[in-house]
Amino acid sequence: MNIPTDLKYTESHEWVRREEDGSLTVGITEYAQDALGDIVFVELPQVGKAFTAGDDAAVVESVKAASDIYAPVSGTVVAVNQPVADAPDSINQDAYGAWLFKLTPSDAGAYDKLLDADAYGKTTDH
Amino acid sequence: MTLKATPLNSAHRALGAKMVDFGGWDMPVNYGSQIEEHNAVRGDAGMFDVSHMCVVDVRGANTRAFLRGLLANNVDKLQAPGKALYSCMLNPEGGVIDDLIVYFLAEDWFRIVVNAGTADKDVAWMNQHNTATNSGLTITQRRDGNDPIALIAVQGPNARAKVWQVLPTTQAATENIKPFNVAIVADTAFGEAMVARTGYTGEDGFEIGVPAGQAEALWNALLAAGVKPAGLGARDTLRLEAGMNLYGQDMDDTVNPLDAGLAWTIDLVSERDFIGKAALQAKGQQAQFVGLILREKGGILRAHQKVVAASGNEGEITSGTFSPSMQQAIALARVPMDVAVGDTVHVIIRDKQLAASVVKLPFVRNGKVLAA
Repeated sequence: MNIPTDLKYTESHEWVRREEDGSLTVGITEYAQDALGDIVFVELPQVGKAFTAGDDAAVVESVKAASDIYAPVSGTVVAVNQPVADAPDSINQDAYGAWLFKLTPSDAGAYDKLLDADAYGKTTDH
Repeated sequence: MTLKATPLNSAHRALGAKMVDFGGWDMPVNYGSQIEEHNAVRGDAGMFDVSHMCVVDVRGANTRAFLRGLLANNVDKLQAPGKALYSCMLNPEGGVIDDLIVYFLAEDWFRIVVNAGTADKDVAWMNQHNTATNSGLTITQRRDGNDPIALIAVQGPNARAKVWQVLPTTQAATENIKPFNVAIVADTAFGEAMVARTGYTGEDGFEIGVPAGQAEALWNALLAAGVKPAGLGARDTLRLEAGMNLYGQDMDDTVNPLDAGLAWTIDLVSERDFIGKAALQAKGQQAQFVGLILREKGGILRAHQKVVAASGNEGEITSGTFSPSMQQAIALARVPMDVAVGDTVHVIIRDKQLAASVVKLPFVRNGKVLAA
């Protein structure tokens, strides 16, 4: 399964990309969308909401299960991807393109502590 | 723990199925998209491996009398050979041991199909009752052991036609049978085939039983005829749209069938006594079983979510999902007696109370959405 090497990851199957302005873009991995199955509902956080790392930030529901999406680092939401909320199956089509929300991290260094592609890949090997 | 496998396990894996642990069985949940599989059943023909379910043959001169006492529905409705009946099997407290279909094949031979997870419990219960009533019957489960039967359910508007393409020698015997009837045809390319016009999807179709050794060949022949493989994910959305109960979720040993929408399967009118009758007559119905359609955005209806009626009285969703045919969240729910079809209730999803409409079941039948 595809695990891009230019992204960072969490054990709870979020991917994270650091943008040029330091903001972090967050979505769920191909592994996660495959495990969930057909995604039919997405709930995004409010812009301006502040999270501590590990907080419930968003919800993705497939036909068979609801899945919480966690804030990978502490920060404040600066943008959400409304088109994905309007077309939930886009996550199944393109997990790394269908980002969910963007955060301004409260600690710029927290990103570097996330899992790299290799380490994340090991967590999904069974 | 090693999972149990049906005779079609390699066939599923060869198709790239996503396999899951389903009550101790290694089963396909989908072959790529459960929504596509659902739509294939509603619009064309799909097939399910249901070989984890268990055929039980009950034989002996006293079979009919035995089943009259054992089952809540009345087997005396079965007078023409080949006719089938959906029934609950109750415990003395009136709780549901299982729901099942019983087929009348001959006065000394009735065939019953029971759920996968309850098969051992069901057969033990039947044996116990056989002994207790001195009925002298032979009760044989046909899933494990010497002469197993594998089951494939082919469902959809084009299902029967495709089955006849693959099993042409069954067409004469099954072309004119009505729903809830079965024919057993000895001479087919896949051995003796039991072909029943029954199903768990709300579409027409046949559920087919063949010797387990022939299952893979039959599956591949059906694939070649254009029948789409469909997994447990699609099975659940189809049955829920069709308003059909799932044992273990919508009812179980502790649930009164009158509170699970199953009063129509319980014959309390005739003088016939059966296990659980007295308990049901004493309790009566204490809750309603209804359909819900979510009317506000905020999530998907799921089992165990609380339902709040206008009166403030509470109920609970027993089964919920997203309906591919309706593109809405739907559910089956056990609610207080003061709730009526047409009411708006609220379902608690995470931190919200979301409005839902109470509707009559089924939501969908024969490809048509009935509830809106």
